[in-house]
Amino acid sequence: MTDYRIKGATGDWEVVIGLEVHAQVTSNAKLFSGAATAFGAEPNSQVSLIDAAMPGMLPVPNRECIRQAVRTGMAIDAQINKWSRFDRKNYFYADLPQGYQISQLYHPIVGEGSVEIEDGDIVKTIGVERIHVEQDAGKLMHDQHPTRSYVDLNRCGVALMEIVSRPDMRSPSEAGAYLRKLRAILRYVGSCDGNMEEGSMRADVNVSVRKPGEEFGTRTETKNVNSVRFVMAAIEHEAHRQVDVLESGGKIVQETRLFNPDTGTTRSMRSKEDAHDYRYFPDPDLLPLELDDAFLEECRASLPELPDAKRKRYEALGITAYNADVLTAEVETARWFDTLLDAGAAPVAASNWVTGELFGALNRMGKGITDSPVTPGQAAELLSLVADGTLSGSLAKQVFEVMLETGDAPGKIVEERGLKQTSDTGAIEAVIAEVLAKNPGQLEQYRGGKVALFGFFVGQTMKAMGGKANPQVVNDLLKKALG
Amino acid sequence: MTDLTDLGIREIRDGVREGTFSAREVAEAFNAAVSSARQLNAFLVETPDHALAAADAADTARAAGETLKPLAGVPIGMKDLFCTKGVASTAASHILEGFTPQYESTVSQRLWDAGAGMLGKLNMDQFAMGSSNETSAFGNVISPWRRNDGGNAPLAPGGSSGGSSAAVSARLCPAATGTDTGGSIRQPAAFTGISGIKPTYGRCSRWGVIAFASSLDQAGPMARDVRDCAIMLEAMSGFDPKDATSLDVPVPRWEQGLNASLAGKRVGIPREYRVDNMPEEIEALWQRGIEWVKDAGAEVVEVSLPHTKYALPAYYIIAPAEASSNLARYDGVRYGKRDLPDGANLQAMYAATRAAGFGEEVKRRILIGTYVLSAGFYDAYFTQASKVRTLIAQDFDKAWESCEILLTPTAPSAAFGLGEKSDDPLAMYLNDVFTVPSSLAGLPAMSVPGGLDKHGLPLGLQVIGKALDEQGVLNAALALEERAGFVARPQAWW
Repeated sequence: MTDYRIKGATGDWEVVIGLEVHAQVTSNAKLFSGAATAFGAEPNSQVSLIDAAMPGMLPVPNRECIRQAVRTGMAIDAQINKWSRFDRKNYFYADLPQGYQISQLYHPIVGEGSVEIEDGDIVKTIGVERIHVEQDAGKLMHDQHPTRSYVDLNRCGVALMEIVSRPDMRSPSEAGAYLRKLRAILRYVGSCDGNMEEGSMRADVNVSVRKPGEEFGTRTETKNVNSVRFVMAAIEHEAHRQVDVLESGGKIVQETRLFNPDTGTTRSMRSKEDAHDYRYFPDPDLLPLELDDAFLEECRASLPELPDAKRKRYEALGITAYNADVLTAEVETARWFDTLLDAGAAPVAASNWVTGELFGALNRMGKGITDSPVTPGQAAELLSLVADGTLSGSLAKQVFEVMLETGDAPGKIVEERGLKQTSDTGAIEAVIAEVLAKNPGQLEQYRGGKVALFGFFVGQTMKAMGGKANPQVVNDLLKKALG
Repeated sequence: MTDLTDLGIREIRDGVREGTFSAREVAEAFNAAVSSARQLNAFLVETPDHALAAADAADTARAAGETLKPLAGVPIGMKDLFCTKGVASTAASHILEGFTPQYESTVSQRLWDAGAGMLGKLNMDQFAMGSSNETSAFGNVISPWRRNDGGNAPLAPGGSSGGSSAAVSARLCPAATGTDTGGSIRQPAAFTGISGIKPTYGRCSRWGVIAFASSLDQAGPMARDVRDCAIMLEAMSGFDPKDATSLDVPVPRWEQGLNASLAGKRVGIPREYRVDNMPEEIEALWQRGIEWVKDAGAEVVEVSLPHTKYALPAYYIIAPAEASSNLARYDGVRYGKRDLPDGANLQAMYAATRAAGFGEEVKRRILIGTYVLSAGFYDAYFTQASKVRTLIAQDFDKAWESCEILLTPTAPSAAFGLGEKSDDPLAMYLNDVFTVPSSLAGLPAMSVPGGLDKHGLPLGLQVIGKALDEQGVLNAALALEERAGFVARPQAWW
């Protein structure tokens, strides 16, 4: 694959991309208060005295949020800082009751790590500079009253991980691959649900352009982009805009920009000149976070098998690279497939069946793997009925259809509906004799050299046997009968 | 019969237990004293019913033969920095005017749980910023003390816990809570001839205490003598999971452990605490203190705390820096004062609200704090001050190699007249010169009255101890108290 380049009037331009991903930590309570974190609750129904910054209220770190950040760091092979500290980022806004966000500027909890991505046939390692933990802000609502704004503090104080990449991506599709991979890792680890529509994951997109081989150009930061598609579109637009500016003799201003999903464009929000002075300093309400070895050990022990390792394991079982990719992309699929393997299904047949039959059926029904009407245990039973010759491929399809409708176990369906495949040579021979007798014309043509008619006889035989004949046996006997 | 308002915590507690008088009689006596002393402006809110309810609970418990709680029947004053459920809590600032918390601070709750009742909320320097009580938005407290020169000039009760010091010394309450960030318990105690202890940072929960400078703020008791401080501190202290800086250590039985003998102890005299222009009387008092601890059996050693002179500048960077951030929440959006000029946007509302709500000293410290944290100045000021703070803590650690206790004056002067220093912030800040170092190091420190100056005004001696050694501090203070024989009290003119 060739490098992604923007063709300008003055030549090719390379795009340099770094992403700051804000991922909401999966936990029942906020980072520094006991308030709940459920999405979509009534405005201001999940607000503690601490979140509302009442006088004299104090933050107390939520151990679970810290644990999730550490586990996430471990999942990207990052350095875990046993000593970290919270800082205050000071600014005034109505969605920020304390007048500061508690974050980690100087000493983040997670240091250098990396994420491996595949983009087409390119495999690339994207550096992660750091992960720090911080509080989310509330939400202003401007559509509730003609002249007033309202504020909903439900999100206020919810724990976020800010995952800061190195400027290692060079195309929108690499950025997309990175985001998808990061999302998969977070979902495997269980530290973030990755739900971009609900805002659980959003990205600040840093983009600059340069002539290949030259120094980095001045970057812009497009804030709060909330889908993989939008991130790619924002990069695309922003890179082209920058090339246009530079080629028409202008300069890129270091600034914060906003993405408009409706037009696919970005616009300036504020430049560096009117950037806030956040007056970061260590939060005096909180002691430094010190993590002991037992805690780190527990975090490590609780990590699941991650997507890359799982994919390699599947491939080692003989599963095709494509299937392994599909099966590991979403944690729920991988979990379902692992349960299927645990129930004794043969890996290769199982992978083909899941990516073919099961996904086809679920797609048709508009369902996800988690609400599949067929359980992994039932699927394993179905596959074993095929493997031991009880069911032919077509019988298995029939049984599967019934399973989808009734949720019954395949053994029960086979029993009740008499769908068992037969390998009884006497019975099959009798039917073949009958078929040949009924179709003298075709028999003559076949014997005259039109061997393609073999399939016709197979079909007729299977039909006469109600699809229950073992196809291999039918083939063998037919060949014998046709001489 | 003695006047009930002359009694301290121990006497009230024991008297109620023994049935010498009822708790209700005590509460009524103090309620009456409070309402007849409004000229002092010590109370912002009077809560006689709160005191009576606690008293009645004590009397009922006694009548039922129950074991009485440690502070049963003891009415106290509560500095207005503590949030008290259902009772206005303003930190003496207009910006919190009308704010009534729906929650009770951990420390005040502990006191109520111990059986104490509340006489009212005590005036203070606004947001605890000040050394004279003149920064209160609701008028300064007037010290019950007067100079013996017949001039009747109104004097400062010290600050920021000036309502507390005035009320205790004027016998409006047997004891009161204070808070100390750079000396706000000890300096007013010294100015008014009472005792006050700032415990080790983390002993008393800060939950529900309106924050000034989080890394320094500590609550503590102000009372008439050392024993009363020990009793009250026991009730106020203890681990609180709601405060991440709270110390998870057991609370010793300080009252039981009181012992005025200093035999085998070494008392350090820091040579850097001899400051320029310190009145001779302060120096003389210090010398008397040295003789008293020797008399109590201690060995006196000279020690050096070489970074002392940097403590005040470091403090006046760190405390305002934290305050500038802590006070950002007073923005008119959710509670307290809101000033919304016609057509104002959010920024204009912030500006108007904060301009009208904060007093001059608070604004000054927010400005200083904002400045020292701003880009380009942070390293030169805040980082440097933080390093100084570490060095000061190391000074103390070094001193502890040769002594267990330090003895110093509490303040460089006796109480000054109201208005005398209010135009000169730097002169005002110098009041904290002896109290700030131990605050920066988080150490327990106490002021006890040592004598009177030539104008008949009280002077205090300060005892500083190792972290968590409140017992050592209380014991040394008790040794001083026994020898000082301080009995002076302000003559009621109010």
